[in-house]
Amino acid sequence: MTETFYEVLRRQGITRRSFMKFCSLTATSLGLGSAFVPKIAHALENKPRTPVIWLHGLECTCCSESFIRSAHPLTKDVVLSMLSLDYDDTLMAAAGHQAEAIIEEVKKKYKGNYIVAVEGNPPLNEDGMFCIHGGRPFVEVLKETCADAKAIISWGACASYGCVQAAKPNPTRATPVHKVITDKPIVRVPGCPPIAEVMTGVVTYMLTFDKIPELDRQGRPKMFYGQRIHDKCYRRPHFDAGQFVENWDDDAARKGYCLYKMGCKGPTTYNACSSMRWNGGVSWPVQSGHGCIGCSEDGFWDKGSFYDRVTDIKQFAIEGNADKVGGTAAGVVGAAVAAHAAVTALARARSDKQGDNQNSGDKQ
Amino acid sequence: MTVLETQGFKLDNSGKRVVVDPVCRIEGHMRVEVNIDDKNVIRNAVSTGTMWRGLEVILKGRDPRDAWAFTERICGVCTGTHALTSVRAVEDALAIQIPENANIIRNLMQLNLYIHDHLVHFYHLHALDWVDVVSALKADPKKTSELAQSISSWPLSSPGYFRDVQNRLKKFVESGQLGPFMNGYWGNPAYKLPPEANLMAVTHYLEALDFQKDIVKVHTIFGGKNPHPNWLVGGVPCAINLEGTGAVGAINMERLNLVSSIIDRCIDFIDNVYIPDLKAIASFYKDWTYGGGISSQALLSYGDIPDKANDYSASSLLLPRGAIIGGDLTKIHEVDLKDPEQIQEFVAHSWYKYADESKGLHPFDGITEPHFELGKNTKGTKTRIESLDEAGKYSWIKAPRWRGNAMEVGPLARYVIGYVQKNPEFKEPVDKLLSDLGLPLQAIFSTLGRTAARGLEASWAAHKSRYFFDKLIANLKAGDLNTANIDKWEPSKWPAETKGAGFTEAPRGALGHWIKIKDGRIDNYQAVVPTTWNGGPRDDKGQIGAFEASLMNTPVAKPDEPLEILRTLHSFDPCLACSTHVMAPDGQEMASVKVR
Repeated sequence: MTETFYEVLRRQGITRRSFMKFCSLTATSLGLGSAFVPKIAHALENKPRTPVIWLHGLECTCCSESFIRSAHPLTKDVVLSMLSLDYDDTLMAAAGHQAEAIIEEVKKKYKGNYIVAVEGNPPLNEDGMFCIHGGRPFVEVLKETCADAKAIISWGACASYGCVQAAKPNPTRATPVHKVITDKPIVRVPGCPPIAEVMTGVVTYMLTFDKIPELDRQGRPKMFYGQRIHDKCYRRPHFDAGQFVENWDDDAARKGYCLYKMGCKGPTTYNACSSMRWNGGVSWPVQSGHGCIGCSEDGFWDKGSFYDRVTDIKQFAIEGNADKVGGTAAGVVGAAVAAHAAVTALARARSDKQGDNQNSGDKQ
Repeated sequence: MTVLETQGFKLDNSGKRVVVDPVCRIEGHMRVEVNIDDKNVIRNAVSTGTMWRGLEVILKGRDPRDAWAFTERICGVCTGTHALTSVRAVEDALAIQIPENANIIRNLMQLNLYIHDHLVHFYHLHALDWVDVVSALKADPKKTSELAQSISSWPLSSPGYFRDVQNRLKKFVESGQLGPFMNGYWGNPAYKLPPEANLMAVTHYLEALDFQKDIVKVHTIFGGKNPHPNWLVGGVPCAINLEGTGAVGAINMERLNLVSSIIDRCIDFIDNVYIPDLKAIASFYKDWTYGGGISSQALLSYGDIPDKANDYSASSLLLPRGAIIGGDLTKIHEVDLKDPEQIQEFVAHSWYKYADESKGLHPFDGITEPHFELGKNTKGTKTRIESLDEAGKYSWIKAPRWRGNAMEVGPLARYVIGYVQKNPEFKEPVDKLLSDLGLPLQAIFSTLGRTAARGLEASWAAHKSRYFFDKLIANLKAGDLNTANIDKWEPSKWPAETKGAGFTEAPRGALGHWIKIKDGRIDNYQAVVPTTWNGGPRDDKGQIGAFEASLMNTPVAKPDEPLEILRTLHSFDPCLACSTHVMAPDGQEMASVKVR
């Protein structure tokens, strides 16, 4: 029989004390209070390591590359101790028949108890043969593998929305996972790629609490995708003050003014970049001087140039205008946030009946 | 049952057919089929790219300044190199000169990619072809420590350290949930390392996994994130501010210090872990001389890492440029991406259609019309292929040729060309490695030679990062803070029609982008990428590609376990998402073919 997560840790020489410390760190990284620590500990003490089958469709492997950059938890610990990455063609030792046999084995042995993580998407044109897996269309493999899964994770913009190969005219008819798999819970973790710690955060949340995190209307975890880049941007005061970069490498660029006029999509993009930042918190696109290209939004490739302003606003520097931009965009992309005028964090928290969500948002 | 002769190889498909699909531990989707004779020696090889995305048609009609972001998504493993190639192509088309700082920062980012990509390839994609994880459980930690300390001064080398790792591994294996190590080829006789070397390598597999995430922070500092940092036509997006108000939000002293410390750590890890591991592992496989393929006949490199901003001539490029053909190691041919006679793509055995498939087309004038059609001797059905017919079309990869020759690209090509040019930066490390291992020069034309060249190049890139960092500081000291040239940022300043070519040496080899711009929009975009060169199928004359050639005449210990096949294919570091995106210059026609 499979061991519990806690047993695995103990067998690997982790002390009870270290284990509790890990639980406490997990609580912190998920934005939860100390009251959750015993709850996490209890869950881990009683849970087996969940098998994960990681499939690749049409993609560029940036999601896998991002995943292995997770700083907390370390990828090593995720793979050796937290889940059982039984199939992932990018990392696994086996190939060909030996690899394919694993999918069958997991399906049989862990029916209803494994997670399928999908990177990329299936193309439907040419009978699916724009992506061939084991001599067959990838879409067939995807459907079969998902059939007995407990839940699906759609990694990145490809699986969530279609991403670059689905940009117009989408020659292969690359199709997001939820349009092909319709009878399973699906968590969408968009971004090109998603932030590493968002990826491991989503997985560990699901393993720890044994449930799907609270999702918005687009199926994204609210804890990481509940707020706009713009609302948490450290350059926001410059937006409010009407201080903008007008040209690359101008004086305002060197002073770190707002990149709105350079095409920054922060006002219409829901992601955690401006709070969590990238690669262990080192920086993020706006901090490095380039506007957000909106890579976690549906169809971001087809919304005009990355250097076009998101909308033609006549006045700057007041809160109402900023939120008008965001409100309009929210309506367009169908995000969960109501398109009312003032979407400050405080207002959101008040109108939000879900306590968890309020916590996760405020503590970032 | 035919025997065909090409490039010195006899292709005989009469033996037992072995199919490997998917080929794992690569980027993207790939299949390989081989025929083995009654002595289990590979006598025929068929390499197939099994995915296609069509990015260039998607680019048509878009803003050329956006192209870097689209093409960057060709590949998330060699992230950034397509973006850099793209901005160079656009700058070439528009005659944009970039500032010195931008050139240095781009080089630092490109070298950083080399370091990361080569390291992750060696430990996480390739090592398990040489290293038996299960055998590591039998190692004596004390002897492992002695081995480690005899080859390197790397401090994490005590018996207790290796014992801890071994215990963790042991318990992991005992749990019965083997995760990514499940169904591996453990115990296969083709594995030659003693248990101690296996334990050392597995330990470094885990250490490298921890370390690699820190390497890429150079991209994060200059480009905001990794994978897929941001780039800019005309320079780099990051502004420099060393002492003024707002410096805290720009490239400042703290950011530079972080870059510098990462470079130091990269040099340390590569020279004290990667290179010693490489040598130690190689010393047990000296007799395994297979996998050379066409590497001793035909090699190509565009060169990269311009020392002088805006000078892309061979004299400015620190990575060597040139072509070797016909096995003549005394002559380096000049390479010109714009010469229609040099680079051409063929589709006789690719799932595309030309009006005349006996001719190749230069990327500026290329035609790509997807045409999925299986040869008449294919076994299985269209959507359930058992074995392919290489006499017909059999891959989503085109077959590029240089002056009609199939070429190998990548670290080995760069090192051989640098060696032939007698460039001491490339010649001396090769000579030293070979003499340390007691091997002749000829030994470099092999699977192991490819893997060794990659390691040497990772070290070169780390040290060259130090050179460019110092150069950046010198330039800043001289008072130059410029990072972007915006003279031609506005499309209104562009000619009505223009075209350009950009190139880099991606970690996997020669990478070129060709762009035509009309009325401020992309009129045509074409990319020929390293794995197209290496992984392409036969051409109209029946010449095989580098992957296929490299598998020829290799004995396999156990035909049902494709360990040797994986070993050689992995030595190229295949990147299939790169190789198979190549698309039509005329996107609209293309779309009408596709949409059903």
